Amino acid sequence: MINKGSKILLEVKNLRAEIAGVAGVAGIEILKGVDLTVRAGEVHAIMGINGSGKSTFSKVLAGHPDYTVTGGKAVFEGKDLFSLAPEERARAGIFLAFQYPVEIPGVSNSALLRLAYNTMQTERGLEELDPLEFDDLIQEKIKVVEMDPSFLGRSVNEGFSGGEKKRNEILQMAVLEPKLAILDETDSGLDIDALRIVAKGVNSLLSSDNAVVMVTHYQRLLNYIVPDYVHVMDGGRIVRTGGKELALELEARGYDWLRAAA
Amino acid sequence: MLTKEQCFEQLLLGKAVKSEGWLEQIRTAALEHAANLNFPSASHDDWRFTDLSALFQHGFHPVATYAKLTLSDIEKFLIPGAIRLVFVDGCYATELSDLTQTGTGVTVASLADRLGDPWVEKNFGHHAPYKQDAFVALNTNFFEDGAWVHVASEVTRPIHLLHIATKREVPSAIYPRCLVVMDASSRATMIEDYVGLGDGIYFSNAVTEVVLEEHAQLQHVRVQREEKNAFHIGHCSVESGRASVYTATSLAFGARMSRHTLHVTQQGEGAEMHLNGLALISGRQIADTHTQIDHAAPRGKSIQLHKCIADGSAHAIFSGKIVVHVGAVGTDSAQSSRNLLLSGKARIDTQPQLEIFNDDVSCKHGATVGQIDADALFFLKSRGLTEERARNLLTHAFAAEIIAKIPMPSLVESLGRTILERMSGVPT
Repeated sequence: MINKGSKILLEVKNLRAEIAGVAGVAGIEILKGVDLTVRAGEVHAIMGINGSGKSTFSKVLAGHPDYTVTGGKAVFEGKDLFSLAPEERARAGIFLAFQYPVEIPGVSNSALLRLAYNTMQTERGLEELDPLEFDDLIQEKIKVVEMDPSFLGRSVNEGFSGGEKKRNEILQMAVLEPKLAILDETDSGLDIDALRIVAKGVNSLLSSDNAVVMVTHYQRLLNYIVPDYVHVMDGGRIVRTGGKELALELEARGYDWLRAAA
Repeated sequence: MLTKEQCFEQLLLGKAVKSEGWLEQIRTAALEHAANLNFPSASHDDWRFTDLSALFQHGFHPVATYAKLTLSDIEKFLIPGAIRLVFVDGCYATELSDLTQTGTGVTVASLADRLGDPWVEKNFGHHAPYKQDAFVALNTNFFEDGAWVHVASEVTRPIHLLHIATKREVPSAIYPRCLVVMDASSRATMIEDYVGLGDGIYFSNAVTEVVLEEHAQLQHVRVQREEKNAFHIGHCSVESGRASVYTATSLAFGARMSRHTLHVTQQGEGAEMHLNGLALISGRQIADTHTQIDHAAPRGKSIQLHKCIADGSAHAIFSGKIVVHVGAVGTDSAQSSRNLLLSGKARIDTQPQLEIFNDDVSCKHGATVGQIDADALFFLKSRGLTEERARNLLTHAFAAEIIAKIPMPSLVESLGRTILERMSGVPT
């Protein structure tokens, strides 16, 4: 929901970043001056064709080590985002839902969730929860993504279907309660039922204090999580910003007309 | 500081243990073999990766008087509900052992007390190669006492053989020994456990012999968690009969330098073996695991998974030989060596070897050496975990796959804690 009076969570100005080079090969610039302002309570969608830089943008915000920021700045709640390590960004309230969630054999889902949750509790000056207390909390949270409790005892994402992995990302989001959630193509590989569950989960977590940035190819997701702003990325820049109707126009006309205009 | 020769001479001067009859003959022969064999040379194929020089620096003395321990001294090592046999510096400690729950169908006793048992005479020294291996020979001559486990039926309680080394004024040599006979169709779970109290320098030279008659099933857990200044060289020989199932889970955490040799031979048709191993070391530790699986009968099966994790400037070695003999048709064997290097100075050598002497076999083997997965690391950090916590969690997870194979939840939990203690920062 747009409220021009609400506080700015994230302000990105002229962000440039490259994918790190290897052994003597120079990096390749992918982001070429991105500007974005996200206020509390807002839902943003970033759309664009493959290679437009939208996934890179989400990873750079989370601090992925494969990318190097070469220019511009990002301020998150008054803090210089790029001076923070990935875990510090997470503790400050940034959450990235991965396009390709990582499997971690040998680490149970519940152990990871409790570890991550308690890290946040410590950050907020609150008491850590012991396994029993945490179990009460998690039993409530898994309802958000309609997940069977048996998934908690399994290794993180190991043997999960594509849809289960994405639901697991949203479960992590539900547990960590971030201020800014960046969903990197969370809709890719989801069937319609899984998409509905994931979207319902995200919607239930939205409030006037937090914000969501969705990176997606398809308009389909936006039927379920309705954006306040739709941005189109092309060639490493945001080339057009509009309301939710822009997504429908993209669906109808494709991206070429925008590329020509840019 | 001693030379290699002086160190060996010192060991040969150990305390003579007197026995009667058949055992005295074996002891005498073993001492002669030891003297002839001497320490393996650095060029010996089975020892070329293993640096024994730290061991050679010390003169190890026999244990003259035994420390008196109480149960509270060893509380952290106890396994609830287990039948327990405790040895302190190689000597049987009646007051620390607990045989009250032994029940019928199993004998768990001091070996020295049961030398008159025909099963002991029939098996002792017949499986471990004291004529070929100097360390086995030293143990066979100098061992004072050991564990005698004879399982006739199904034993539900785990059998815990706890070998404790205490801190002594001079470096000491101790010789733990175990003999295990599983009668036909018997079943048991046994934990061979090597621990230290205090940070003394000692040399634990252990030998275990295991026989499985047909259809017997043994879960054999071996935990080497010696003190940091210890040297541990262990040998285990296993002979398995028709349709028996032998599962070994061998863990090496402790000691300045350790070596474990596990030699299993499938004598009977259709025997099955699962060998799981883990070495988790750091600092200047050396942990060497040598295994040999002899498929000597038809339609045998062996599945092996060995993992090494080396941090600091530690050096882990795995050598796994699988020999499929001429008559062993229909052998099905799979071996996997997976290794994790946690630092640029650590080193892991892995050496799978297959020797196949007939055509009708299925043998698979593979080895990988890697570092912590960068994607998994970033994922965990993006969930708020520090670099150290994330790395420790991933390391723990890598190790946990082996530890989880131990069929005793309480031991799995306490070993999990042992790992965590070695990697600060991960809450339980």
